[in-house]
Amino acid sequence: MKFSTTNRLVKSLAAPGALLGLPVAANAEWGLNLTPGVTPFSRTIYDLHMLILWVCVVIGIVVFGLMFYSIMKFRKSQGAQAAQWHESTKVEVLWTLIPFIILVGIAVPATKALIMMEDVSGADMTIKVTGYQWKWHYQYVDDGVGFFSTLDADSNNARQLGADTDPSSVDNYLLSVDNHLVVPINKKIRFLTTAGDVIHAWWVPALGWKRDAIPGFINESWATIEEPGIYRGQCAELCGKDHGFMPVVVEALPEAEYQAWLEKQKAATQQAAREPATTQKLVAAAAE
Amino acid sequence: MSEAATHHDDHHGHHPSGIKRWLTTTNHKDIGTLYLIFALVMFFIGGAMAMIIRLELFQPGLQFVEPQFFNSMTTMHALVMIFGAVMPAWTGFANWMIPMMIGAPDMALPRLNNWSFWILPFAFTLLLSTLFMPGGSPAGGWTMYPPLVLQTGDAFPFLIFAVHFMGASSIAGAINVIVTVFNMRAPGMTLMKLPLFVWTWIITAFLLIASIPVLAGAVTMLLTDKFFGTAFFSAAGGGDPVMFQHIFWFFGHPEVYILILPAFGIISAIVPTFARKPLFGYSSMVYASAAIAFLSFIVWAHHMFTVGMPLAGELFFMYTTVLIAVPTGVKVFNWVATMWQSSMTFEVPMLFSLAFIVLFTIGGFSGLMLGVTPVDFQYHDTYFVVAHFHYVLVTGAVFSLMAATYFWLPKWTGHMYDETLGKWHFWLSTISVNVLFFPQHFLGLAGMPRRIPDYAVQFTDFNTMSSIGGFVFGISQFLFVIVIVKCVKGGAKASDQVWEGAHGLEWTLPSPPPYHSFSVPPEPSTIEGGMR
Repeated sequence: MKFSTTNRLVKSLAAPGALLGLPVAANAEWGLNLTPGVTPFSRTIYDLHMLILWVCVVIGIVVFGLMFYSIMKFRKSQGAQAAQWHESTKVEVLWTLIPFIILVGIAVPATKALIMMEDVSGADMTIKVTGYQWKWHYQYVDDGVGFFSTLDADSNNARQLGADTDPSSVDNYLLSVDNHLVVPINKKIRFLTTAGDVIHAWWVPALGWKRDAIPGFINESWATIEEPGIYRGQCAELCGKDHGFMPVVVEALPEAEYQAWLEKQKAATQQAAREPATTQKLVAAAAE
Repeated sequence: MSEAATHHDDHHGHHPSGIKRWLTTTNHKDIGTLYLIFALVMFFIGGAMAMIIRLELFQPGLQFVEPQFFNSMTTMHALVMIFGAVMPAWTGFANWMIPMMIGAPDMALPRLNNWSFWILPFAFTLLLSTLFMPGGSPAGGWTMYPPLVLQTGDAFPFLIFAVHFMGASSIAGAINVIVTVFNMRAPGMTLMKLPLFVWTWIITAFLLIASIPVLAGAVTMLLTDKFFGTAFFSAAGGGDPVMFQHIFWFFGHPEVYILILPAFGIISAIVPTFARKPLFGYSSMVYASAAIAFLSFIVWAHHMFTVGMPLAGELFFMYTTVLIAVPTGVKVFNWVATMWQSSMTFEVPMLFSLAFIVLFTIGGFSGLMLGVTPVDFQYHDTYFVVAHFHYVLVTGAVFSLMAATYFWLPKWTGHMYDETLGKWHFWLSTISVNVLFFPQHFLGLAGMPRRIPDYAVQFTDFNTMSSIGGFVFGISQFLFVIVIVKCVKGGAKASDQVWEGAHGLEWTLPSPPPYHSFSVPPEPSTIEGGMR
């Protein structure tokens, strides 16, 4: 989808702000639409989103077109005489049925997409995501590797009330963390989401979904990331004062690089093995 | 008719003056006025909170408030606007208009009416007093999801009891509307002749009676979870935090229609008046309203698609949700058909109504998009949702309230309002509200979560635009107050009919109407069908 026209329109609307010396930052990228993402599901979602959007746009053009035509044409000031008809069962039935048929047309692909999303079978690996106030914990269930992921120090300094640092000088302000969630590409990854205190929601737009992390519950989702890269997201469920400051960063690597990373993590985990097992602590926390 | 009513007023016009009049009044017009003034005050208090939110979001970084206070502002803004502004405003209109529309002297239960209003100042004193408490105001969102809401400080019991009081007030108001409409209609005013505002209000009243007790139950369980050791919503105690969300939204979705159904009635009164043509499809409007009300009870879980429901549940709630588009579409098509081959003029009530139809429909479109479960996995809890519900609640409910105020203000005061100022108010509001909320669609799609005090820098430009729109919209509302005050104080004399195309019993009374509306029932011959 190209949105260049909208883009220009939006920029021209913002122009008066710039003239007033307001901080209309020079951001090259104007996010206007959903990202198509990097998973089969996210692309399905993107297509579905565009389908419904266009259906709405077309209906809008027809309905608002008729309305504005009436407003222009049927004015008392132009001598319009009001007709007195006020009922037509035929028309009523028609405009009940047509929308219904359009809705069925939307519901069919939506149902297919939903069935696809809910099928977590045949996963290659499992990662358990636990939300805490205000950080994430990632556990590679099959490999015994686990770590916390919190907002990086630069963002954290710049986001304090009255901080001197200009947020735009910080790389990926509020969207970078100390430890990335590293995953392989082209593997079906099953995500188990839960929480240790209040409800959070784990969301990376490029994967095409978000899922609530709820204390005492384990939710299942999946993603197969098809392109290497770094994908950023945030907690999406209000979880207290620092809800806006617990981002998610997923780093997708080719299989070989992922394995190398994993081996390093395993070695580090073994070195720290004298400490009580993280997994046990987590299980205890989740059970609380 | 009007002569008889005025005459009657002379005999029964003995009521206390000053503050005591307002404290002890059982008159539907006085109580309606109290409700409307209360709602207007709350509209400005809630609006001030919104200004703080938009100020903090003007640029990235935290400049003005701490995150916890920001969360308090979003929470309190919603509670004040929903329970303090829009709901009392609708009850105010019901009080003023329903007896006049159905040919009754007053509401059926006048003392209950007085009580249901006077609960509200106490409820909101409780709620707003939390702003000055240790730990601050509730900051867990107006949806009060546990376990987060249980982390609220001293404010917690105040929040719960404020919600109880607001609920009691709403239920009393709803009972009064139902009893009035079913018992006090003038002879000849059959159900299918009722003006649509009365119809949509009866349906709203039933929604209130069915849903508010559910909310009361939910918050009571929160209270006992916090103070009496129960574990309804705590997984550790064998409870279920998701159950709260189910119970809350079983109230919450009908609540959405409680806020918007009376608006449908208002638009169905105003469009035919200024189009000088009967409303198209009166009976289908009634059936569509009833269908929406029924559906509103079986769609609640679309607010919680991401909690991890079984596939069958997600499919059920998706199908029922998108189905609401059908009766809602019927309404919009009927309004457009009413305009077709009509003879329109564009006074301020009509302008607000036309803006309502366009902008509410845009909110309906985004609602349809949100109802499609798999795509909602992306939209949920983003600014796309914020844009959606502000389109249906601000340019929907609030715009229709303004339309209704301009429509009936001449009837209430006996004076015409200042049309020029009113038009300024309309155009400033309509332009700024779109600058305020339309960019929020883009923000949400681009990935900005809702309820965050600070954001990544790529969201800066749209947030700045949105804030500028917000400030202009906020300031424009002072024009509304100026118009109302001017109109109450004086202005050109309004005729009984006020508007050339106005039909209905309220327009047969003098402007301003007598203290008791119809002490003698109107002649059955003066009762027209509700499509006018």
